[in-house]
Amino acid sequence: MAIRVQEDDFDIGAEIKALTLGRTEIGGVASFVGLVRDFVDPGAGQEPTAIRGMTLEHYPGMTEKMLSRIEDEANRRWTLDATLIIHRVGALAPGDNIVLVVCAAAHRQDALQACSFLIDWLKTQAPFWKSESTAAGEQWVKAKESDDALAARWQKT
Amino acid sequence: MKLLYFAWLRTRIGRAEEEVDPPTDVANVEDLLRWLQGRGAGYAEALARPDLVRVAVNQEFAARDTPVARDDEVALFPPVTGG
Repeated sequence: MAIRVQEDDFDIGAEIKALTLGRTEIGGVASFVGLVRDFVDPGAGQEPTAIRGMTLEHYPGMTEKMLSRIEDEANRRWTLDATLIIHRVGALAPGDNIVLVVCAAAHRQDALQACSFLIDWLKTQAPFWKSESTAAGEQWVKAKESDDALAARWQKT
Repeated sequence: MKLLYFAWLRTRIGRAEEEVDPPTDVANVEDLLRWLQGRGAGYAEALARPDLVRVAVNQEFAARDTPVARDDEVALFPPVTGG
């Protein structure tokens, strides 16, 4: 289990290789990579707005605490051999990596489901905020209700 | 009490953090938000839509009736948008 919040980029291949090195009990690795998109999702019937860049801010201390908790929860729900969450902060350009989630398990369903769970929960529970730069200036990204709905799918009843 | 502001709450209030000494009748998060609204134009503007403000007390998500005390760290921020 590992969590990193950093300004630097990450190398997806190198991270997965490091996670699985010598761990021959691992049968599958699932990963999610979030990238900076170069447009804002337009409303119905509207043209997309171009994004020049993005700045990510977070709440040091609480971020790591929430990410650890999310990771613990994934390990409680699924049988995992290794998990990794890397989230970047600071100034990013279109095409840059933002977030990496990796889950390794003996069996693919554990890895795939845990990976999906982790990114859905991270999006609604971890204290990060994005500000986008467009031709009209800087604007804070609004939270999406669809993200809440995706996270709620994992709520245990 | 240590207050932290993030994202547009930080930019509208004009600072990232401050130490405050609220009156004794500020007992919970709701009381604190109401008291802060009266501290100046930036605060009033930032807190005009309290439904868009999320609060963490000592780095735990808090409800409006969560108690706040003198030595707490209280953070105010919009709904999170990471990932």
